Amino acid sequence: MAVIQLFNEIGTIFRNTPTFALVLEIFLLITVIWLLLHKRGGGRRRRFTKEEEDFIIENYEPEPLVGETDPDHPLLRTRLVASKVGKRINVDGHDCLNLGSHNYLGFLEDQDILEEACKSLRKYGVGSCGPRGFYGTMDVHLELEERIAKFMDLEEAIVYSYGFSTVASAIPAYAKRGDIIFVDEGVNFAIQKGLDASRSTIAFFKHNDVKDLERLLVEQEKRDQKNPKKALKTRRFLVAEGIYMNTGKICPLPELVALRKQYKLRIFIDESVSFGTLGKGGRGVTEHFNIDRDEIDLISAGMEGSMATIGGFCVGSHFIAEHQRLSGLGYIFSASLPPMLTQAAISALDRFEREPKIFEQLQAKAQLLHQIFSRFSKLHLYGDELSPRQALYLAIPGENFDAERKRLIDVADKCIARGVAVVEAAYLQNRERKPVRPSIRVAVNRLLEEAEISAAFEIIENVSSAVL
Amino acid sequence: MASLPSISFYPSRRYSGVGLHLKANSTSLKNASSSTYHPERKVLLNGHAAAAREHKSECKPNQAEGKLSPEMEHYQKTSFEEVPMHTACLTYLGFYLLMILGYINQLLFVPKVATEKGREGYVALYDAFESFYSRYVYRRIKDCWNRPICSVPGDELTLKDRVTDDYGWSFKFTGTETRCLNLGSYNYLGFAAATGRCADESEEMARDAGLAYCSSRCELGNNAQLEELEKLTARYFGVEDAIVFGMGFATNALNLLSLLGPNCMVVSDEKNHASIILGLRLSGATIKVFKHNNMRDLERVLRDGICYGNTKNGGKPWSKVMIIVEGIFSMEGSIVRLPEVVALKKKYKAYLYLDEAHSVGAMGSHGRGVTDYYKVDPKDVDILMGTFTKSFGSAGGYLAGSKKLIDFLRTNSHAHCYAGSISPPIAQQILTSMKTIMGEDGTETGRNKIMQLARNTRYFRRRLAQLGVITYGHEDSPVVPMLVYLFSKIGAVVRTLTTRHIAVVGAGFPATPIMEGRIRFCLSAAHTKEQLDYALEVIDETSDDLGLKYSRKPRDPNPIEY
Repeated sequence: MAVIQLFNEIGTIFRNTPTFALVLEIFLLITVIWLLLHKRGGGRRRRFTKEEEDFIIENYEPEPLVGETDPDHPLLRTRLVASKVGKRINVDGHDCLNLGSHNYLGFLEDQDILEEACKSLRKYGVGSCGPRGFYGTMDVHLELEERIAKFMDLEEAIVYSYGFSTVASAIPAYAKRGDIIFVDEGVNFAIQKGLDASRSTIAFFKHNDVKDLERLLVEQEKRDQKNPKKALKTRRFLVAEGIYMNTGKICPLPELVALRKQYKLRIFIDESVSFGTLGKGGRGVTEHFNIDRDEIDLISAGMEGSMATIGGFCVGSHFIAEHQRLSGLGYIFSASLPPMLTQAAISALDRFEREPKIFEQLQAKAQLLHQIFSRFSKLHLYGDELSPRQALYLAIPGENFDAERKRLIDVADKCIARGVAVVEAAYLQNRERKPVRPSIRVAVNRLLEEAEISAAFEIIENVSSAVL
Repeated sequence: MASLPSISFYPSRRYSGVGLHLKANSTSLKNASSSTYHPERKVLLNGHAAAAREHKSECKPNQAEGKLSPEMEHYQKTSFEEVPMHTACLTYLGFYLLMILGYINQLLFVPKVATEKGREGYVALYDAFESFYSRYVYRRIKDCWNRPICSVPGDELTLKDRVTDDYGWSFKFTGTETRCLNLGSYNYLGFAAATGRCADESEEMARDAGLAYCSSRCELGNNAQLEELEKLTARYFGVEDAIVFGMGFATNALNLLSLLGPNCMVVSDEKNHASIILGLRLSGATIKVFKHNNMRDLERVLRDGICYGNTKNGGKPWSKVMIIVEGIFSMEGSIVRLPEVVALKKKYKAYLYLDEAHSVGAMGSHGRGVTDYYKVDPKDVDILMGTFTKSFGSAGGYLAGSKKLIDFLRTNSHAHCYAGSISPPIAQQILTSMKTIMGEDGTETGRNKIMQLARNTRYFRRRLAQLGVITYGHEDSPVVPMLVYLFSKIGAVVRTLTTRHIAVVGAGFPATPIMEGRIRFCLSAAHTKEQLDYALEVIDETSDDLGLKYSRKPRDPNPIEY
């Protein structure tokens, strides 16, 4: 009975509905069914049969794992060092004055540091056999962190076991997808990798050009006004280097800090070159410009420059630095820094604190070298006069970067044969964000004498005049 | 909520019923242990396992037997026992309870947290859940990690004691030290030592060549020692060439991206290490994950991937397909099923990247890693990767393979071109220990170490199984995870074992799935039978007290032979 009633009911509904509504509803129903079926069957295209699959697999030809490498590739020819890397160095059998290693303070030949490192080796062995979390933390690591924090007058430092991984891990620990990072386009490769790993939006401004940065910030502000909801979630970072590894220029920190305040940016400075070289006490670019270090959110540095050991560190407030102990990938998942190298860093800090005059000496030598090396006839010196790391470019640009590089390698080879170790700076041109102009890297060592710098000038000048 | 983390909760006694009737059983087995060893009493020479020589005659190395098919042998030797249902429920319950208590704690009490100064009006720097988790969940057992030591991480280590007055927010050193048996460091072959040949030669090298180069390999950071190291590494693995780097993590993170591009497909084991995942993420390749060590799933993913091509790019065929696996998976203690992976790789024309961070030195009769263990031709693996941190007691990593591959890396590797070279004493430690393993120092030391590790591994794993705890992984793997499931039991075990002078590592969420909290033992050739017996005895008692004997497998009633 109930079934018949139900049919009657349905019949009434159909009769009472206008035809156009009925047509519309049927049309809708068909669309829904079609959508459902289409999604099920067509989300992935038609499945192949087993025979077809076998045929495809049979015929699949992958590319070779790697391409052929040109046997004359400049990076394949590495120079051979046959001595301690001090002020003098034996390269490819030639005894040379060393103007190529980042041993700014001459700590590589410091006997006291070496002795203390060896003593540490006799206490802890060579390796640490574990990451920091799993019994790889030794008292020397804690001491080094404490000492760095104290030296920089900040709350907390965190030590990494590899210079390259320091800043490359620090950036993605904070910057995530959806955030925006403003970066100087001249930053070194490690920073570029950190930016890649963060997956944030990256906005590059022209090298050391504060106006260009401000232009980008204004653009961003306009975008934020259009979409205020998104702006509330977008963290903004500014990444720069104290002294640029690639160009030897000091960053305009006071202007950057002013912009940080105005546009609410978090500012990260990589001081791999400037730590232990700039400022009265070697505290880097903040001391150089006399800027309160609380203005900077995070300072990172490699210890492979002025401290003449391995590894790197980040230093900042407790609130910021501590976060890396659970989020800095290179910190958590890597074995800790070998204790003897940690001890070498502590001993280097001892020297920093005991003898602040070494920084004055280094800066004086850098200025001296800058003056003398500015006079090359065929080479153009680039870099700040206080920077311990400067670059020599060809004065007359070559037809392309490859040609320039070949000529610079030629210059470097002949200089080494005549007793001055300079090298062309190594870059992976195809992997940099944009090709870097080839240059000869000049690194200043505190122990250089004026006569030695002049003699080196003569040799490089003679060689470059003859070759170029 | 102001309770000490250690007494937060663990429903221990209720579940030790199984353990109770076993107690008699296990004590009767103690005839195996003439346990006079105690970490506090005895001062042992670090490293250089002296005991190995005594038992040399009947010792077998870590080596696949090859009597059965690789698949059968894998199933016979690998164990991943299912968690008992009630434990699973309790684990989830416990975890959520911990979270709820954390939320209440956060609401009611003013959290003692460092706040940001001078950044008013900024977008919050951290994700809210992440900081909640580390402050209110992880903090409760924070004392079980990052423990500072002040000695060689050898067979024993010295912990610097620390206490917390504020429930884990901060720690203070008491000034005392505790000598512990070390079951936590990756010192597989016992090369971590402050005396002996390795240390002597490292010191000599430091005096000759200094502590660093302050330059990359491509500029002024290359000397004869590093070239020798690369040649020796290539010879060690029986391949054409090798390249070395200063950090193991960076070896993965900075080289995978030179080998892969956006139109590449990578088939990666779900338990692969963070460094691999980072390297893959940087490369832009399409990543497909297969179930841990599951060959059927690997084949399914490979087949699907190759047949349907790059679906993001209209089904275009992949330019390269690469399988990435590890030799020993450090959290699971399992060994990769290499012969089957190699067969699949050949069938589907994929390339194989093998990360031997934990297996190099520890596996195979010559210590050459899993290729040696399975007697697989190392040339069948396209890229051999590993670290020098663990078995070699040093730091750094290598990539080994064909000359073509290594030449490509020399001209394309980020770490080679930009990062600093390996420090001379660190490189020397690798050279000396590698020569020792190869027997090129003219002694049997290397061989003895390999044998000792193999014997320690089997003995320790079998005894643990006999105790009735659940362990994961392969019976030849020196990484031994013991499942404790509950988050708070991780803390309880680590703390209890510390009071009994044993240092172990715990691992919980997010390093493992929520349900699978575990304690990880890492065996070493430096351990003696007496040390292992001492550890097993303590673990036995602790497991009874905390109710860790979850296993429902039949137990071997006979004493285990060393």
